Amino acid sequence: MISLTVNGAQHELDVAPEMPLLWVLRDELGLTGPKFGCGVAQCGCCTVHVGNQAVRSCSVPVGSVAGQRITTIEALGSPDALHPLQQAWIDEQVPQCGYCQPGQLMAISGLLHKNPHPTSDDLAAAISNICRCGTYDRIRTAVARATSSAANQS
Amino acid sequence: MISRSDFVRLSAALAGGMVLEFGVNGCSNRSSAVSAPKTVFQPSQWLVVRPDETVTIIINKSEMGQGVATGLPTIVADELDVPFERTSVQFAPAAPEYVDPLFKAQLTAGSRAIHAMWMPLRIAGATARAMLVSAAAQKWSVAPSTLRTSAGYVIDPASNRRASYGSLVADAAALPAPKNVPLKHPSQFTLIGRHNKRSDTLAKVTGSAKFGIDQRVPGMKFATVLHPPVFGSTIRSFDASKAKQVKGVTEVVQLPDNMGIAVVANNTWAAFQGRLALTVAYDNGPLAHTSSDDLYARFRRLAVSKAGAKVALVRGNVDATHGTVVTGTFESPFVAHAAMEPMNATAAVTADGVEIWAPTQGQTLTQASAAKIAGVPLEKVKVHTTYLGGAFGRRCYADFTNEAVALSKAINAPVQVIWPREEDLQHDYYKPLALNQIRGVLDANGDLVAVDHTVVMDSIMTDLLGPPPNGIDVISLSAVLDTQYAVRNYRVRYINPKTGVPAGFLREPGANANVFAVESFMDDAAHVAGKEPAAFRLRLLSGAPRAANVIRTVVGRADKAAAGTAHGLAYANWDGTDCATIAEVSMSGQTVRVHRVWVVADCGTIVNPAIVEQQLAGATNYGLSMALMSKITLKNGAVAENNFYDFNVLRLKDAPRIDVHAVKSDAPPNGIGEAATAPVIAAVGNAIFALTGKRVRRLPFSDGLALA
Repeated sequence: MISLTVNGAQHELDVAPEMPLLWVLRDELGLTGPKFGCGVAQCGCCTVHVGNQAVRSCSVPVGSVAGQRITTIEALGSPDALHPLQQAWIDEQVPQCGYCQPGQLMAISGLLHKNPHPTSDDLAAAISNICRCGTYDRIRTAVARATSSAANQS
Repeated sequence: MISRSDFVRLSAALAGGMVLEFGVNGCSNRSSAVSAPKTVFQPSQWLVVRPDETVTIIINKSEMGQGVATGLPTIVADELDVPFERTSVQFAPAAPEYVDPLFKAQLTAGSRAIHAMWMPLRIAGATARAMLVSAAAQKWSVAPSTLRTSAGYVIDPASNRRASYGSLVADAAALPAPKNVPLKHPSQFTLIGRHNKRSDTLAKVTGSAKFGIDQRVPGMKFATVLHPPVFGSTIRSFDASKAKQVKGVTEVVQLPDNMGIAVVANNTWAAFQGRLALTVAYDNGPLAHTSSDDLYARFRRLAVSKAGAKVALVRGNVDATHGTVVTGTFESPFVAHAAMEPMNATAAVTADGVEIWAPTQGQTLTQASAAKIAGVPLEKVKVHTTYLGGAFGRRCYADFTNEAVALSKAINAPVQVIWPREEDLQHDYYKPLALNQIRGVLDANGDLVAVDHTVVMDSIMTDLLGPPPNGIDVISLSAVLDTQYAVRNYRVRYINPKTGVPAGFLREPGANANVFAVESFMDDAAHVAGKEPAAFRLRLLSGAPRAANVIRTVVGRADKAAAGTAHGLAYANWDGTDCATIAEVSMSGQTVRVHRVWVVADCGTIVNPAIVEQQLAGATNYGLSMALMSKITLKNGAVAENNFYDFNVLRLKDAPRIDVHAVKSDAPPNGIGEAATAPVIAAVGNAIFALTGKRVRRLPFSDGLALA
């Protein structure tokens, strides 16, 4: 049995320790926010947080994160209290098809833990998530909006 | 001559034939359509007004990022005069009353959603509004013409009475639907051109939006499929013993019709592991020794010999026109769609029929194909459309839904079939490998007076719609047959090389190869003529004012090229939408960097300005992937690329700042989802030429520069 804390809820799971975290979340726990895009940690659609660290869950064996605090897009914010990035994504109308956006939001919110005010270059260096709809320009604008308004509030 | 409007009629004929073939008879639709109890007002198949003041709008187009789930209800809500916030959308079931008036099928393709549904949805909204007005007029014993509507109310200005739409539902439902209801004058629009938000954003930033892959059905199994890697090959035998030893794998099934071998499991990962553990022997077909380089060589020979060439268009006399000759031969690789959501579908085949949950662009084809596979009548197949995690043309096809249906039938259980990314890249209907050979003649004034253009490219339409009439594929000739340039002497020849590699519709199909060639050639010709690229084009566009306008506008909007960069311009018309693009490019060594892009398009009336801007920027970035890095390589009959580590696409670090502008217009709305894809490819090539003097003639430029 593997013990996993996901979005604050504890689960005891009878799964192989080498099973990727993504498929445990999606197929065992029914959390479909993290998406499958490549299976080889290339596209970032599956990004979740382990602690405050953004990881590509398609390539993280569930056994390696047993006992750690996992957060998925479902718990990044709530409809009543959106994460500043989620609000900025709405204000800047970022998503098109939307499939990659949970991963984009988890990757960038993970970056903000380390670097609360990333420059455009910081963002380009740190975020390699793929968006085939090509929302990159709006992502940059939305991140700037979120990080500057967070700065204003603090 | 065959035009793109012929294509529309052609696809209508083909798709219509398909509907008939599978029997509309007995498909009495209301049962399969969105049914509504009598306490609501459903004046047509397109909307339901409820007593609680909400309006459900049923849309027959798939939401794949292009914004139809916002744009289409905006049209209804505006004519109906309801606040947009009170509307919600449902995706239509596959049913005859939801076929598109242009395609005569339920198909979200060709950037036609707003264009095709503009009038039907305006009429639907206006008719419903007229009936609500009549209901109020009867109640108040006044003439309907004395009443007006606003924000979901019928208002009697004379008496200051008002009745909410919800309160009129029962009375309106009892009235006959009037014909020829007047529509709003554009000056009366309250939402069209103004409503500037998408409806699906909250769901898409909180993870609650449901895509095909997110579908869950009670008792559902998870499965994947191994397809024969070499195109045209068949499975001779296979050994599933190791696959069956993978924990969680429950069954291994060979699907009919050479679809592949399905591995069924209790979770997706187990299915994927089982697929990797399969041992399969194949009988390889004629493509087993063919590679992309062989095809390029063969295409070059064909372009010279003109063997099998069909003359698609002749104007004037190209052969008798003499002057300064400019020539160019341009090559484009296969490209995969690579939508972020890999191919998947969920199906349940039971004694009652078939249910399919799928991210599909083509409900009519999905339904018809499933009926055939399951051996049930058409009306026994229910198609539920989910959100689509990108599509770009790939999900017009029914291969991925067919597999889920065949597998559910075989294992007698609901099942979700998901392709790993490798299958998604290696079993696509690709943007076909293409060669464009262009020979132009400049007169003494430097005007382009003749163009002789040969396109060697597989037929794009065949796999979806059947072979083209007269052997001339108007999609493969996009932006060549329907060029806006008034060149006096003009000839187009088409050679269909029938490579055997699946070819299909990919964002701005045909044009995404042809515009690279045409606009690179135009740049070369302008250079030889000693003219500015914009001025040279404008000389040929005096009869196309909207085309001339987007070129002038983009030139006006672009800043001066920053130090160390150069600008390239390109223009194209995509089925009525004019688009001009300027790219700002620098190079270090062989590495091309695109810093900024300016895009101007004229798509007629704009329903949602924010979505139009999204589409122009998105299509630009999609085109930039093709310009800079994306290619699928055929090697011994199979695709050499595997995943995003060797099939390269644009990422944030590569993405330019994009300035987009849509021209204000009262013309009927036209497509916007594709038009900006092709021009940016040539614009980057033209910027490279401006910067280096090198003309790059092969895509992607990462390859082409090595050859230049």
